[in-house]
Amino acid sequence: MNQLTTDADGPPGNTVIEVKDLSVTYRTQLGLMKAVDGVSFRINKGEILGLAGESACGKTTTALSIMRLLGANATVEGHIGLDGKDVLQMTEEELRNFRWKQVSLIPQGSMNSLDPVIPVGSQIVEAIRAHDDSSKSDARKTTEKLLSSVSIHPSRAKNYPHEFSGGMKQRAVIAMALALNPSLVIADEPTTALDVVVQKQLLLLLQDLKNKLGISFLFVSHDLSVIGEIADRVAVMYAGKIVEIGRKIDVLKNPSHPYTQALVNSVPRVFGNRRQLRSIPGNPPTGIWPTGCRFHPRCEFAFELCKQLEPKLQLSNSGSQAACHLVSQPERKDPGKQ
Amino acid sequence: MKLPEAQVQNAISEPSPILEIRKLTVHFQRRERLIGRKTTIRAVDNVTLTLAEGETLSLVGESGSGKSTLARTVMKLNQPTDGTILFRGQDIFEYQRGEDLKAFRKRVQMIFQDPYESLNPQSTVFNTVIEPRIIHGLAPDKDERSNIASRMLSMVGLDPNSKLDRYPHELSGGERQRVAIARALSLEPELLVADEPVSMLDVSIRLGILNLLQKLKQDLKLTYLVITHDLGVARYVGTRIAVMYFGQIVEIAETDELINHPMHHYTSLLLSSIPGTENPQPLVVGSDVDFSYSAANPPSGCRFRTRCPKAQDKCASTEPKLTELARGHFVACHYPLNP
Amino acid sequence: MQQDEPAENLGESRFTLRRTSALSGISRSRRAQLGIGIIAFFTLLAVAAPIVAPYSPYAFPAPGPPYSPPNSKFLFGTDYLGEDILSELIYGGRISMTVGLIVAALSTGVGTLVGVVAGYYMKTIDEALMRLTDIVLILPPLPLMIILAAYLGPSLQTVIFVLTVTAWPSVARVVRSQTLSLRERPFVDSARVAGASDIRIVTKILLPNLASIIAANAVLMVTTAIVGEAALDFIGLGDITTVSWGTMLYWAQSYAPFNGAWWWVVAPGICIVLVGLAFVLVSISIENVFNPKLRSV
Repeated sequence: MNQLTTDADGPPGNTVIEVKDLSVTYRTQLGLMKAVDGVSFRINKGEILGLAGESACGKTTTALSIMRLLGANATVEGHIGLDGKDVLQMTEEELRNFRWKQVSLIPQGSMNSLDPVIPVGSQIVEAIRAHDDSSKSDARKTTEKLLSSVSIHPSRAKNYPHEFSGGMKQRAVIAMALALNPSLVIADEPTTALDVVVQKQLLLLLQDLKNKLGISFLFVSHDLSVIGEIADRVAVMYAGKIVEIGRKIDVLKNPSHPYTQALVNSVPRVFGNRRQLRSIPGNPPTGIWPTGCRFHPRCEFAFELCKQLEPKLQLSNSGSQAACHLVSQPERKDPGKQ
Repeated sequence: MKLPEAQVQNAISEPSPILEIRKLTVHFQRRERLIGRKTTIRAVDNVTLTLAEGETLSLVGESGSGKSTLARTVMKLNQPTDGTILFRGQDIFEYQRGEDLKAFRKRVQMIFQDPYESLNPQSTVFNTVIEPRIIHGLAPDKDERSNIASRMLSMVGLDPNSKLDRYPHELSGGERQRVAIARALSLEPELLVADEPVSMLDVSIRLGILNLLQKLKQDLKLTYLVITHDLGVARYVGTRIAVMYFGQIVEIAETDELINHPMHHYTSLLLSSIPGTENPQPLVVGSDVDFSYSAANPPSGCRFRTRCPKAQDKCASTEPKLTELARGHFVACHYPLNP
Repeated sequence: MQQDEPAENLGESRFTLRRTSALSGISRSRRAQLGIGIIAFFTLLAVAAPIVAPYSPYAFPAPGPPYSPPNSKFLFGTDYLGEDILSELIYGGRISMTVGLIVAALSTGVGTLVGVVAGYYMKTIDEALMRLTDIVLILPPLPLMIILAAYLGPSLQTVIFVLTVTAWPSVARVVRSQTLSLRERPFVDSARVAGASDIRIVTKILLPNLASIIAANAVLMVTTAIVGEAALDFIGLGDITTVSWGTMLYWAQSYAPFNGAWWWVVAPGICIVLVGLAFVLVSISIENVFNPKLRSV
């Protein structure tokens, strides 16, 4: 029943990875903190799933848990299905075959984490040989091909990171992630530190790679406009949960969840009508989740049920799935009623 | 919310501007290597800009454009290498009397980009907000101080009772920025310079701050100079937008005019790069940034020519001057786009 | 809930904060408690010396037979004259600890002044002050101390002067580098923009933010000074007629080995180590006092 395939999940039979009921709990000095609470989604072949949300909503934790890169203080539960296996149950040996070969990661701020004393090309070679048994010369040849595919002239492989621009560094990091032909690349805020012109180039590159090589992307970002530009489907996270998921056009143009609506409406636009926008009151919660629906303290449509019962993802009118009581009780959507 | 025509009108033809930046040049000396030659970073080069009273000028540019250096120089945190800045007709770098400098500090204030770093971690909110007045001798009485601080906090939407004796690390980013605004306004300034006021805040918090700034501007009759790399923010708050590239102003126009009819190729490139599905601009393909040029060694003539799809010989030989090509619309380009 | 003002109490993202006082920060650390305990103990002894010490260390005639090992009458034995070593320890602590505290205070004061001025004003002032600092830093401390002391004559004042002179440069360096990094931070710009004078910026903004590192260094300096004082006394440059832990070692080095009077060496040695260690422990925990973040749980 929970496997009801809708537009929200994309066309069936094409799944690269399926995340089911993923939960991540951190042990901190102040107690247990559930950063990710029952998150489920599917990514299909050749598709970009945008994971949108603000800081502390759990999107980076979700991304890292797919690669099993969380520290010992994190307890991960749930099921991550890839190629018939559960990533969360994989042995060290299986993980070695999985990481970088099936799924790779572009971590947040990675363009600034390149080793400053090693030429960029050598770093890519190192990455290849760490996950594969290629010889040095084979790895070098692969590196040259990779650099070309991200529009960096292969002769620049001998340059150091400080001789690259911000955009080039990010492209080099993308090349590294593509090294072993993964079917899924997880990119965590890949354009955040870049100027808008460079960002555009990078987004075009990702589209290109998706089209030419059929790679899927999990694109994590707080920037809704960027997600709007690049993603095919969008999942919006808030306080550790997915509050809305569906096709981009359904989620961003016709949002069903009040948070998505509010978020979409709170971004000052460059084009289109100039109008006074309304901000979302309060602050995004970090660690201490409100009862019932986690968004209810900031929601203009909240009613009694919202404080008591956490809503589940349901199919909405627009075709997306939204975790909101208004989906099943649309008559309650009266802002005058408090 | 469309701006009243009258206000826009005044913004362009106001006779005595509140702030005049004249041929401002700010160069920094950097030593490349330990025993190398000193290089000159030409952060701001020959910038002329005026700000009319009551307007909000959004200064847009990417990193390295010199916009922050310009803002800091306006605040007298940097010394100019050449040119000058006039506030209400007086050269701010030539104040003879101490009182004049103090008056300047009262009337021109700044909000900084990083809400996490612009507040003294050792000071409570109360001390942070009241300090400027103490410095200027405007709040000798203990009761008065308490009242003023409470009033300032309420004005920026914070509850004085719960916030006055907090330390910065106990506040969220949005709250800290509000405290910074309260502090800046405690001296009742006339001009406020905001350097990337929301770029380090969460998306859902940004709008609250921007709306607050709009409201305060109206209530307190302020003039704003807003520095930002985000065109959406620039448009939301700005009556006019000025675009900076490589230390120079390349285009200035009233907000909607600039967005709908950009004339400089860089502006067009910027606009076409805005992500999102609503962008009506056709994609401008600029050439890649050429690394043989840098802030120490910019291209000759027009600095954008190395990336411009329409560059020609004249662009390399002659530097284009900012010229008014339509009412209130200034462009520095030999071959501008047709409006 | 249509409002543009934020409702600050909604979904407030902070954990519950309990504000605790600055000093409780220290008491929460067991290291600090141990350190403070030891210091308190020795201070009490030193202050109450006339009451606590069983004999006077300068008693004439001496109360006991020379070189007696520790026994019920003389808990730490006697020295070559028959004076009670325990009493010498108690009275000696006065000198050692006083010198330690004075030198720490003076060298920290001078070093901080130099460091802050150099770091804040930079350029020529910085160059000049740092060259001066470097010169003093480069000179090897012990030979310098010996030469100065020999020139000035052995006495308590000499010891204090010499130790201060050799100690302040390292403080200056540390404070200067912290100042250099602090002055670039936006809240310093914010103060300038508000019209704060240089003096105000240095005293009200930089110094409080430097307090943590200055205090930690100052406390550590006490240990260095106590050991330094002992070293100078040990080689005979202090006032050897007064009793301090260092002068005890001076006399002990000549007479104790041939008479098997190990207690005469061990006793002052242990005191120096204990007190020195105590100050180190406090120094480590001192950040708890000055860091506002550590005051909220």
